[in-house]
Amino acid sequence: MSVKIFKINEDLKEFMPQEIVDLEEKATWGNPKRGVMDLPYSKELIEEHSLCAGCPESAAFRYILASLPNPEDTVIVNSTGCTSLVFPHIALHTVHPLFGNQNSVASGIKRVLEWRFPDKVKDVVVIAGDGATIDIGLDCTLQSFFRQEKITTICFDNEVYANTGGQDSGATPKGMEFKMAPGGKQWDKVPMWQLAIDSGCHYVARLSVSSPKKVEQVVKKAIYVAREVGPTYIHLYTPCILEIGLNADQGLWEMRQRDKERFKFFEYMTDEAKEVIKRKKEEGLL
Amino acid sequence: MPEQVKTEKVRYNRMGQRIVSPDYLLFEAPRTKHFITGSEAVKEAAKRASVDASISYPITPQSEAAHMLGELWREGYIGVYFRGESEFGVMSEIAGCAMAGARTITTTSGPGTLRAMELFPMWAGSRLPIQLVLMARGINSPLSIQPDNLEIYFLLDTGCMVWHAETAQELFDMIIAGFVVAEQPDVHIPVITAIDGFFISHTREAAYLPPEDIALPPYDPYKAPMPPIDMEMPPGRFMRDPFVMKSNYISYATHASWQFEVRAAIERSRPYAKHYLRGLVEHFGDPEGEILFIASGTAAAQAKEATQILIHEEGIKARVLRIKTIRPFPTEEVREAVKGAKYIFIPEFNVIGWLEREVKRALYGYTDIPIFGTPRVGGGMTMPPEFIVQEVLRIIGKEVKHVG
Repeated sequence: MSVKIFKINEDLKEFMPQEIVDLEEKATWGNPKRGVMDLPYSKELIEEHSLCAGCPESAAFRYILASLPNPEDTVIVNSTGCTSLVFPHIALHTVHPLFGNQNSVASGIKRVLEWRFPDKVKDVVVIAGDGATIDIGLDCTLQSFFRQEKITTICFDNEVYANTGGQDSGATPKGMEFKMAPGGKQWDKVPMWQLAIDSGCHYVARLSVSSPKKVEQVVKKAIYVAREVGPTYIHLYTPCILEIGLNADQGLWEMRQRDKERFKFFEYMTDEAKEVIKRKKEEGLL
Repeated sequence: MPEQVKTEKVRYNRMGQRIVSPDYLLFEAPRTKHFITGSEAVKEAAKRASVDASISYPITPQSEAAHMLGELWREGYIGVYFRGESEFGVMSEIAGCAMAGARTITTTSGPGTLRAMELFPMWAGSRLPIQLVLMARGINSPLSIQPDNLEIYFLLDTGCMVWHAETAQELFDMIIAGFVVAEQPDVHIPVITAIDGFFISHTREAAYLPPEDIALPPYDPYKAPMPPIDMEMPPGRFMRDPFVMKSNYISYATHASWQFEVRAAIERSRPYAKHYLRGLVEHFGDPEGEILFIASGTAAAQAKEATQILIHEEGIKARVLRIKTIRPFPTEEVREAVKGAKYIFIPEFNVIGWLEREVKRALYGYTDIPIFGTPRVGGGMTMPPEFIVQEVLRIIGKEVKHVG
């Protein structure tokens, strides 16, 4: 456990920015029961965010960071896109490697942390968009699953390349019109959650971020299973309200619509994963 | 009363090898003679370097070196090892290993280098002291697995140090020196130790190696200029506001200054490289030679042979300035060495002549000595010393007596 790294030297405290002091005093460290219910009362691990007003991705970030069971020993690897703008605002060790190689970099980090710290639990979590996970990075994503890397991969699926101005991605549903699919996308949405199952993930969940409590549950399950068994995958719908023409207050409404169809809650787990989840429930951690 | 014995604490690495100083390992330890290939030199160097991680991918001619790094992992000398999915994946995985605080080594060749190209500036920009052993081969197309070092040219401005070894012996020493120089806190950038594939990787030659039970001190990631990604140090929130994709003058200046800083780190490697490589260049032949070859790697070995023929059979004073480090480029050494020369020849195993460009840039405005980027071969062609001599004699207008 490395909570001590957030302790500020008393002599320097008066010079530190308030948000850094708050991280020491009001953030939830060393408590695996932390969760989204702490959000109004504790210091969040994300300081502001640089996304659009009302962006569901920003909600996803807040819920995930509030749900990490072991933030003091969690490393996050991200990729290029809207998400990469947020990482410098996160109070954990984060890496922006390149576009699409996030799961490869995470594999290297996880293996070396296991080698360097055999007696500590160090969680490695990948957070990347649909373009990074499913298109340009599909090889690295799936290969990390094949190799049974003990990492959790979270895909923020907004069904479009949003940061580059709205081009269709592998996750765009067929027929939807974006800037590189004039007249509508010609092939189907890639069922990434199914590919994750077929490629060896031990826990897979698909959902929108309309329910914070649900996000907390799947994040905790995925991290606990990855720690002990092998790769886990979470596919989250975080619509780009800008690119689909919605207002800042309509993100939640949009997600609730999709909850009934292509982002209907779906969960898969192997027998080994079930055992871990059962045990964690008995321990009161889920 | 027992005599007071001066004791020094003996330290061992995870494999149980006694830890010695880089100077002892490179210059002082007793050495024994071995008959090894360049690939085996990689293994022997890694074995004595307290390596934490290595990731591999098959491509000729580097595969054998990568196999042997796997053997070292199996034997316990290396902590983490596996075969990645592609060179892009491998160079990403090794970056992850280095970010997490490991001393790392990997290998690649030709098309693999180009497949992984996006990673090299990322390694440098992230200040990762990764060692890449590059066994140069032709770049497609058409398909070629033959020796040709065109690929080195692509790497010169990635922000990595680029060294070029001439022999298996030098590769062994360069790999050990590579870790030491790359990991200096004021350097801390990747090092690419290149050789010409097949010529060095697959041929056997005598090499003198220190004992196997001594090794370099382990890498200490907490001396790095950037915090390792392990949540054991305060998070490096040096980007309170991400400078990427922001269109303002501060973001441009930040990005530009970081690029200058990476290049400055290469410059700061000079004194360390000079010490651990015993100079950035090697002088060979008649110090008063009017024919001066400037070359690196296998081309330098061939130029040395040609020099012997010129001196002993043609009666022409000749010498070689062998460049060991392409980055940092030994500009001062080159300017000093050309004094007294009448002709400069730059033989190369690639069709574009990247070393000629480097030398001409270093000498621009400093000398009027004619510079000939020849002979130059590619695609796997050999460069016999007789061919070099013939080219020299033709250009300086002398009769070709002994060769033809």
